Amino acid sequence: MDLSRRDLFKIGGKLLLLASAGATFDEIVGAAPPSEAYRTADHWWGMIIDIDKCIGCGSCVRACSEENHVPDGYFRTWVERYQVEEGKQPVVDSPKGAIDGFPPSTRADVKSFFVPKLCNQCAASPCVQVCPVGATFVSPDGVVLVDETYCLGCRYCIQACPYGCRYLHPEKHTVDKCTLCYHRITKGLTTACCENCPTGARQLVDFKDPKDPVHEFLRNNKVEVLKPYMATQAKVYYKDLDGAVR
Amino acid sequence: MSRLFKTAGHLIRPALVLLAGLGLFLVIRAVIVPKDFGKYGHYRGASLGMISARPISYAGQDQCVLCHDDEAKVHSTGKHAGVRCEACHGALAKHADDPGANKPKLPDVANLCRRCHEKDAAKPKGFPQVDTVAHSQGILCNTCHQPHNPHL
Repeated sequence: MDLSRRDLFKIGGKLLLLASAGATFDEIVGAAPPSEAYRTADHWWGMIIDIDKCIGCGSCVRACSEENHVPDGYFRTWVERYQVEEGKQPVVDSPKGAIDGFPPSTRADVKSFFVPKLCNQCAASPCVQVCPVGATFVSPDGVVLVDETYCLGCRYCIQACPYGCRYLHPEKHTVDKCTLCYHRITKGLTTACCENCPTGARQLVDFKDPKDPVHEFLRNNKVEVLKPYMATQAKVYYKDLDGAVR
Repeated sequence: MSRLFKTAGHLIRPALVLLAGLGLFLVIRAVIVPKDFGKYGHYRGASLGMISARPISYAGQDQCVLCHDDEAKVHSTGKHAGVRCEACHGALAKHADDPGANKPKLPDVANLCRRCHEKDAAKPKGFPQVDTVAHSQGILCNTCHQPHNPHL
């Protein structure tokens, strides 16, 4: 495209006019207004995971990839298989994030189990604290999100996350992570991973809903979050979490 | 007195340049920082709306049941009642929006059943598992088992 000096001045003039007319950033980017029916103040999202129900089928990983267009070889959620032998370092595998499940293990002589992982939606999240531009944040309803239009791709947050839940999108060159299917939960649906978990091992929960089964779950079970010593105020609770899990 | 002014000029001129620079910074900042930045916190408020406006791929079982009530009835009484439709049939929001134009594919039975039910020492003990090769020698599971309402 050839731009003459005259064209440049014209464009500049239009931009100045727009700015003086008070065009907001939204009008330029074209953001949709938040839904009327959904009030962020009424929710505080998290997840509960029952390790004893996870069969390592990888349905959650496939569902997440499909729903969120996660690029090949990257994962917003994945499943790990732990094989813990007494007095030894635990052996952990997660072939391709378990997107095709696991090759069967025949080692009946060791303690073994599956652990689904995802963003822990920390309330005091280290990734948010290090972002230099305000591109990643905890939403008013407790979901850690990334504003793609604001992210510089500096990768600070990737280093800061103690759980390894973030990656740099190879095409967008901005940081990508689990959004707890924010586009679904704000429409009254559950997350893609929870929708597709065949055993109900993972369940989306709303801590602000007094009728949510999470309250009974937390009262009746021994639960733990991952890496509690990091003081991240994680909101993904694991039932009967083994000490070997990192 | 006039001598003092003469000397002060060295200070006043850079001070004016500094003020002009500061003014320019404030003007540029006002133009490029979105108005809703800081509305809810240290981020752009409108990004919440942008993220929640993304399209969905999985319609959810409630949508499937609206049309496929006969399958849903069979499914709801069996061992697979807790397994939702799209866990096996795949993402079908497009099909739910326009059933005629977007026909779902039949599931890949050879891999589908195996992923959940192949014998693995790491699986919960009470979960039904088989060594598929020894069990059926490659015969597809749905030759004998009815996936919507399996009985063992």
